[in-house]
Amino acid sequence: MSALDFLAFSAPPMLIALLAALACALPGNFLLLRRQALLGDAISHVVLPGIVLGFLLTGGASTPAMMAGAALAALAAAALIELLQRSARLDPGVAMGATFTAMFALGVLALELSGAGAVHLDVEHALYGNLESLIWFDATDWSALITPATLATLPPELFRMAATLALLAALCWLFWRPLVILTFDEGFARSLGLPVRLLSAGIVAAATLAAVAAFAAVGSILTIAMLICPPAAARLCTHRLGPQVALSLVFAAASALIGYVLGGYGPLWLGLPASVSAAGMIATTSGLILATAALWHKR
Amino acid sequence: MKAVEFQGLEVQYGDMPALRDASGSFETAAMTAIVGPNGAGKSTLLKAALGLIPSTGRVAFFGKPLAEMRARVAYVPQRASVDWDFPVRVIDVVVQGLYRELGLLGRLRLSHRRRALDCLERVGMADYASRQIGALSGGQQQRVFLARALAQNADLYLLDEPFAGVDAATESAIIAVLKSLRDQGRSVVAVHHDLATVPAYFDRVLLLNRHVQAEGPVAETFTPEALARLYGGLLPQLS
Repeated sequence: MSALDFLAFSAPPMLIALLAALACALPGNFLLLRRQALLGDAISHVVLPGIVLGFLLTGGASTPAMMAGAALAALAAAALIELLQRSARLDPGVAMGATFTAMFALGVLALELSGAGAVHLDVEHALYGNLESLIWFDATDWSALITPATLATLPPELFRMAATLALLAALCWLFWRPLVILTFDEGFARSLGLPVRLLSAGIVAAATLAAVAAFAAVGSILTIAMLICPPAAARLCTHRLGPQVALSLVFAAASALIGYVLGGYGPLWLGLPASVSAAGMIATTSGLILATAALWHKR
Repeated sequence: MKAVEFQGLEVQYGDMPALRDASGSFETAAMTAIVGPNGAGKSTLLKAALGLIPSTGRVAFFGKPLAEMRARVAYVPQRASVDWDFPVRVIDVVVQGLYRELGLLGRLRLSHRRRALDCLERVGMADYASRQIGALSGGQQQRVFLARALAQNADLYLLDEPFAGVDAATESAIIAVLKSLRDQGRSVVAVHHDLATVPAYFDRVLLLNRHVQAEGPVAETFTPEALARLYGGLLPQLS
């Protein structure tokens, strides 16, 4: 494979996987400490009815409409989970479990009744995403990197993930202090007059944004893994939140890059004929990093 | 002027009333214990006054609504209400008490760090500044919480069971700090369980069982008759 082939076929999906991993790991740190780690799992299930709704309303596989539907469904689910926890005083696990299974079931029903299943919406796509297909056809020579018209033909997922990551990083930096106080001691945060509800909703909304943006590009397995594994591994390696977040980003990046390469070339190195799903291999790598961290922590 | 004045405070947990028409006040420059049987709503009274839980009724801090007086009020939650495995160091927790000064992005200067260390010094925890909070004993954790409240430099300190599950050394260290606050003219209110130590520790007492039965100086209010009424005849042993 030439360097130019790498630019066209491997660099864009790798970059997208990297950005998605970082965007998910960042809010994942706060979900983990708030004992809401499974929220990512919930989100990637509940977006299904939203995607079907977006499909039905526009009558076709329009990406913006399905993204908007997914975001809407995720926000509705997040609100429902908060409501069940606060008003019905349900355990967070119960509130999430009930919400995401119910909404996923609703999505499946809507899919079957509407006939949207016949088109682009299938289970496989939802699980693995379509990372390998996010290639840059127009990169036929190196001048593509400095030609605005050619750069514009990069997969739109790349820009979407970059914008998402930039937004989340800015919010995390800006609200770092209140986020830490809220996550550690909600009662004290309230007594300071911090907008506790707004901040809690903000954390969930940030995770939702990351999950919905990543879901479309890399599928739900990778999204869930990146929300949980890198922060969990980092949590085992340090006793301070700042280093934990930094380390989680390092682990996320390592998972994305190593996993992508292993997915593409690992089987060939082993003498197997075909490559395996990059998303699956990235998620597996993040799991291995977590397992290593757990072993190291135990020692 | 009273440090806190509350009128007709009502709190409902599900269909259980936790506070019923609770009215009373806490004096300035005094140490007041909130005393009452289990489930009397002692912690609830603090939380409702601070707006941490939904309630109806009126509350004033130094004669004004809480929103205008937040900078003068420090709250020390129950130690058991937080996860002590959280990845922060002792000094990071104390610095949280400076949030109202620092704001979102204000730089943490050396002077802030010194003040946080001073507060740790006052509770005898300066040597533990860089420790992870999970490595502390229960008493040490409680002292760190108190140090965070000291960093707020407030005029009123509301403490929810500051002596629950702490060792004797911590208990006397905390009470010494609270008395010094009182001697500086600040007001201290604490939910307190150990009736035996009320006269030695506190100036005033508020007897609570869903509503306020009495409030006043310990010598006048903390009588065997009042306690018998408060505890419904099941009076815990007074030494």
